[in-house]
Amino acid sequence: MDLVPKMKNVSVLGAAGKMGSGILVLLSFEMAKLKIGKKSNEQFVLNAIDVSQPALVNLLGYVRSQLLKHAEKNIVELRDWYADKENLVDNEDVINQFVEDVMAMIQTSTRIETTYESELIFEAIKEDKDLKVKLFSQIKQNNPNAWFLTNTSSIPIGEIEKEAGLNGNIVGYHFYNPPVIQKLLEIIKCDNTGDELNEFSIALAKSMRKIIVPSKDVAGFIGNGHFMRDALYALNQAQKLAETEGWAKAFFMIDTISRDLLVRPMGIFQLIDYVGVDVTKFILASMQPSFPNETLSHDVLNELFDREVKGGQYADGSQKDGVFKYQKGRITHVYDFGAGKYVSKEDIEMDCAAKMGELPTLKIYWKTVVRDKNKFEYLEKFFKELHQIDSVGANLAVAYGQNSKAIGQMLVDTEVAASADDVNTVLETGFFHAYGPINDYF
Amino acid sequence: MKALRKKVYMVAGYNTVSMGTGRKEFHPKKPRPDLEHYIKEAGQATLKMIGGAENVDEGVIGNFMASRFNKQANLPAFLPMIDEGLKHKPAISVEGACASGGLALASGIKSILAETADVVLALGFEVQNTMKAMYGADVLAGAGWMKTRKDGHAYFFPGVFSNRAGAYYEKFGKEKTREAMAKWYCNAIENARLCETAQEFHNKSKDLEGTAKMPLNPKKFVDHLNYSDCSKVSDGASAIAIVSEEGLKNVGIDPKDAVEVVGIGQAASDITKEPENMTCLTTMKAAAAKAMEMAGITVDQIGTVEVHDCFSIAGIMGAEAIGFAEEGKGVDFVLEGHTSRCGKVPFNTTGGLIGWGHPTGATGVHQAVTIWEQLTGKAGDAQIEMKEDRPYGMTVNMGGDDKSLVAIVYKRGE
Repeated sequence: MDLVPKMKNVSVLGAAGKMGSGILVLLSFEMAKLKIGKKSNEQFVLNAIDVSQPALVNLLGYVRSQLLKHAEKNIVELRDWYADKENLVDNEDVINQFVEDVMAMIQTSTRIETTYESELIFEAIKEDKDLKVKLFSQIKQNNPNAWFLTNTSSIPIGEIEKEAGLNGNIVGYHFYNPPVIQKLLEIIKCDNTGDELNEFSIALAKSMRKIIVPSKDVAGFIGNGHFMRDALYALNQAQKLAETEGWAKAFFMIDTISRDLLVRPMGIFQLIDYVGVDVTKFILASMQPSFPNETLSHDVLNELFDREVKGGQYADGSQKDGVFKYQKGRITHVYDFGAGKYVSKEDIEMDCAAKMGELPTLKIYWKTVVRDKNKFEYLEKFFKELHQIDSVGANLAVAYGQNSKAIGQMLVDTEVAASADDVNTVLETGFFHAYGPINDYF
Repeated sequence: MKALRKKVYMVAGYNTVSMGTGRKEFHPKKPRPDLEHYIKEAGQATLKMIGGAENVDEGVIGNFMASRFNKQANLPAFLPMIDEGLKHKPAISVEGACASGGLALASGIKSILAETADVVLALGFEVQNTMKAMYGADVLAGAGWMKTRKDGHAYFFPGVFSNRAGAYYEKFGKEKTREAMAKWYCNAIENARLCETAQEFHNKSKDLEGTAKMPLNPKKFVDHLNYSDCSKVSDGASAIAIVSEEGLKNVGIDPKDAVEVVGIGQAASDITKEPENMTCLTTMKAAAAKAMEMAGITVDQIGTVEVHDCFSIAGIMGAEAIGFAEEGKGVDFVLEGHTSRCGKVPFNTTGGLIGWGHPTGATGVHQAVTIWEQLTGKAGDAQIEMKEDRPYGMTVNMGGDDKSLVAIVYKRGE
């Protein structure tokens, strides 16, 4: 498929955000392939649009650094692209020229009107349906043929399409954080999404070398469909434990169980901190209307938000305080929800270990297992042992694994995911799990 | 000159660690020792073994590209930094790409022969982890003819030797050649594990052969070589004292603790010309032949060799160029185990450029230090047994694609 006609003028809304900036970088790589790699004579413009002018200035620095890394990694190919430029002799010459050439295609703007010239509009603003609908309908009125690719992780595409009157010109294009590195892309077609747009979105994703998983247009899709319910389960389990153990220990134990005994890269509350308590709350709220029979909210989460215990990241990527406090990425303090203050991890660690009781003798760590050739052998042994132990920790872990599996199965049963493989792919690639939730371990 | 006009010895060799990827203490983003550190460490260690700076008459520093890796020139003036006692003594620096170290040795030997000195401190260094590999490749490309850089590979020298490997595959069979290159790599790492200054000293891999036999990836690297076929990017320095008989007495070292230089062959060929034979290192052949002729020995009397294996294929072609095997038979020579630690002629006994490391300007000196250690029984865990009928050691140091060559034949002092 010839991508050029649609790629000549592209806009990214929310370009200075965490997701938007990554999407912008990926698009700049794609434009570079077309403009420099294929030596196109067309003019290409990539509009980076955001409400914050200072953030856009920072964004350009980020894009430049990413382009430099990309060029360094792909120097063998770039020398070929610039083979006819006699003045570019050293790798350094070629790399610098590439960065300049791509930067020259990027224009920053704080004005929504900039999108009126664009064939493609990528959107990565905050998770607020009304705002998305308002912007899209305004653009649609001024740019009737534009295609919209929204990075929403939870809002049904069909609802946006209908409310903004997009006439099928929208597809869900859900990247995972950080978009430049994360291979997973959930593509969500709504009932009206046009075939041409759908084909284009798949061709572009392939060119970006993404792992594509299609999701049905159901709020939360596959990724958040699992994550949000997993998080609610964890909050409920912690709440029960808190009755006897207090909140600090309850948070810490459930987090430890979901990381070490489920062999995941992060515990569930650390993941909530990473995503942000606020963002988690918004996602749940945006999913709730689609599931009137389920409670997709949690008092504890809402209360954390009200108390400004929010998590998320600073601009430099370091973690803000949330359920935990961190130092160099390691948990140092735990929030005691009951007392409204942080307690040192060291003060509760031993008690938690005693409470959890016996654990498998086979120690396996996500970091080493995830890339091991004999991964499945280790996991099978580990979980077999886990099932045989009757301790608080082991029982909580088994129940946690079973619940995660049930969520995954529900996503298949309700056809949100086309198959168990798709659910597992999303969790393994999007969330870096060592194994998918639909498995024989639980 | 058919024979050396007077006796020349080398003593008191010292190698710093070869620093770079592979060493536990190496982290690309953390500060590392600078060139001053390496020069001082190696120079001071040698001075200590020869009774101090007052015994030194001259100094020579071999280095390839400090001018670009470290933006530093005027290297002779670093000699007195090693020790105040070297202040106002003659110092020069020499450059011949990766043969800079060998040229430093040649320069020192000539000072002894010219009788301008009885003791020469010869030192080679390079600190090249100051840049990422793709930029370092630009700098190292200076060992080739700059007018061919544009058409060359992003990784210029791997590209050059990949072409040689490709020609060799075509002429003598790819499968067996790849086997021999894998064996070369395994030998290099196994030897490096015995030498604590080696860059691959910490290599604990249980499957070296598997690493060497990874599929080639021309999209990200070159057509005919893997990373395991390449020498390392290294920081390091080596030093050794080159002395006359008189000098040996002055520094108070028993000749048995020294090696005698019995032959040297230097050769250069036109950098602006393509190789006349892609599967033969003809300049190396000429230099090695000269050195052996001067020493009055045949290849069968050589007991150990330090050959310039900047790439595994160069090591194999080096064995051929020295005369251990005919053209195309170097692969058999290696596969039959003759170059291995327990073989007929152990090659690169502390890992060579692939296993020990390749701080480019230091390499020639490092080779001499290794031969000195082996011939005088100072190689520690890496010590090989020298057989009576093969008492000679040899170093072959190459700059660029078979362009600047220094070959030296040694025997233990008597």
